Amino acid sequence: MPILIFSVAPLLQGIYLGFTDYELGNSVTTFVWFDNFRFLLTDYLFWQSFRIGAIWTVLVTVGEVVLGFILASLLNARLPGQTLARVLVLAPWAIPPVIKGLMWRLIYHPEAGLLNTTLQQLGVLSQPVNWLNSFVWALPAVILVGIWSSLPTTTIVLLAGLQSIPQELREAAAIDGAASRAQFRNVTLPLMKPVLISISALQFMWNFNSFGLVFVLTEGGPSGSTRLPMLFAYEEAFQFGNLAYASALGTAMTLVVGIVLVLYLRSQYSSDGGA
Amino acid sequence: MVGERKVVPRLFMTVLLYAFVFFLAFPFLWLIFTSLKSSSEIMMRGGSLLPQQVTFENYLTAVREERIVGSALNTLKVSVASALLTLLIATPAAYVLARRPKGINQPVIGWILVSQAFPLILIIIPLFLILNRLSLGNTHLGLVLVYVVWSLPFVIWMLRGYVQNIPVEIELAAAIDGANHLRIITQILIPLILPGLVATGLYAFINAWNEFFFALVLLKSPELQTIQINLARFRGIEGLARWGPLAAGSVIATIPTLILFGFIQRGLVSGLLSGGVKQ
Repeated sequence: MPILIFSVAPLLQGIYLGFTDYELGNSVTTFVWFDNFRFLLTDYLFWQSFRIGAIWTVLVTVGEVVLGFILASLLNARLPGQTLARVLVLAPWAIPPVIKGLMWRLIYHPEAGLLNTTLQQLGVLSQPVNWLNSFVWALPAVILVGIWSSLPTTTIVLLAGLQSIPQELREAAAIDGAASRAQFRNVTLPLMKPVLISISALQFMWNFNSFGLVFVLTEGGPSGSTRLPMLFAYEEAFQFGNLAYASALGTAMTLVVGIVLVLYLRSQYSSDGGA
Repeated sequence: MVGERKVVPRLFMTVLLYAFVFFLAFPFLWLIFTSLKSSSEIMMRGGSLLPQQVTFENYLTAVREERIVGSALNTLKVSVASALLTLLIATPAAYVLARRPKGINQPVIGWILVSQAFPLILIIIPLFLILNRLSLGNTHLGLVLVYVVWSLPFVIWMLRGYVQNIPVEIELAAAIDGANHLRIITQILIPLILPGLVATGLYAFINAWNEFFFALVLLKSPELQTIQINLARFRGIEGLARWGPLAAGSVIATIPTLILFGFIQRGLVSGLLSGGVKQ
């Protein structure tokens, strides 16, 4: 398959670059083995950005899967106005990430943003808070936008999963007298497990590698307190020209994601065997 | 009695559902309202949510001063070209995958999933170097090629599903009637999977239209910039006076994808549904 080669070859070259000392404009490139990785382990910025990346990824993924599951169940419950609700819920998916970021920048704006003016009118805040410039609030604020932004995708997938559960199964459970909680635990949840596992794994990868939204929101600031790994790698590569170091970072990101996913999937499937 | 017991939770569920809808849809509605306010009304803190007097001055400013039209046309050009090129390459590939024995399917699908784990930085650095060497670095063509590489795996995967839904017998019947391979594909298969081609093409289009990272890295000249880059430039300089045009430009950049989304949302959801049932 030539197409496979077309997409694998750049990746391999990218990984290879991580073992060299290539910088933008270099003419001679030498193979330096693990020097970049050794440096990585002593780089304070690397640890900072991976710690932030971990917090961001876990909270956004858990948040959107839990909320997405609740929302998908509501959308599947034949409530009034359901069709319109479905369209409105899915619509943010189509909004470009840059616009999402800009929109929330306006909402978080310290002086005239929707959040501050509303909270002040309600009397919750007496002073406006500069959310995106605060060491305390920037990361939570960005995480909230992250959940908001990927909730539609998660919801569509989970809704599709819920709809593929045969109605008869639930009716049978109801006739057998299963209370709705037992019905949920014994019928819905086991059947939804494959969908839940795959969407959380995919979202985990997407969130860990996310870039545009946070770049537009904070550009990683204040003082790197929202600098996700991808933002760090972008800065290294295209602002400082350290292409090799950025490639090594990329490889490290892949390794982290890969290891976490293997552990996650293994634990999920082995507990599957026990049940 | 049962009915009575159920009314309260259902009311609660309905309220919860609308709370979700509000949370998800409201920010964009607010952006639209803001774009329709006059600049003096925007400056007035704690003013009303809805514009007191609807004005399109922000749209005019955005179009006149912020090169919104030029960058939107750039984006349109790149998105259409990459969607068409993606389909051109993906259709035969999807056909092969759908019709060949199962042996090669597994690794390809596995690869499509695994490829999601790689951060874009690992792909863009080599592509950036290759494109520069071919002097395609700061060009729309280079960007189109990157978008094709980037959306191919998923598009092939989606198209493969559409091809599999077409019974092989139709092709066999045509072959018995003496049609050659090319004719079977162009005259029988393509018309049958046309809805699928449209949906995946629109998907590739939306992907390219919304994309930010590759365009940020690859395009340097201001006159080549896409609309996402153009708007992101506002970041950090959005003094209150710029709010109106910024909001208007954002609405303009979102309208095409929202409209297309309206067309494909049914197909997207049902595509996911059928994929879920099969496994």
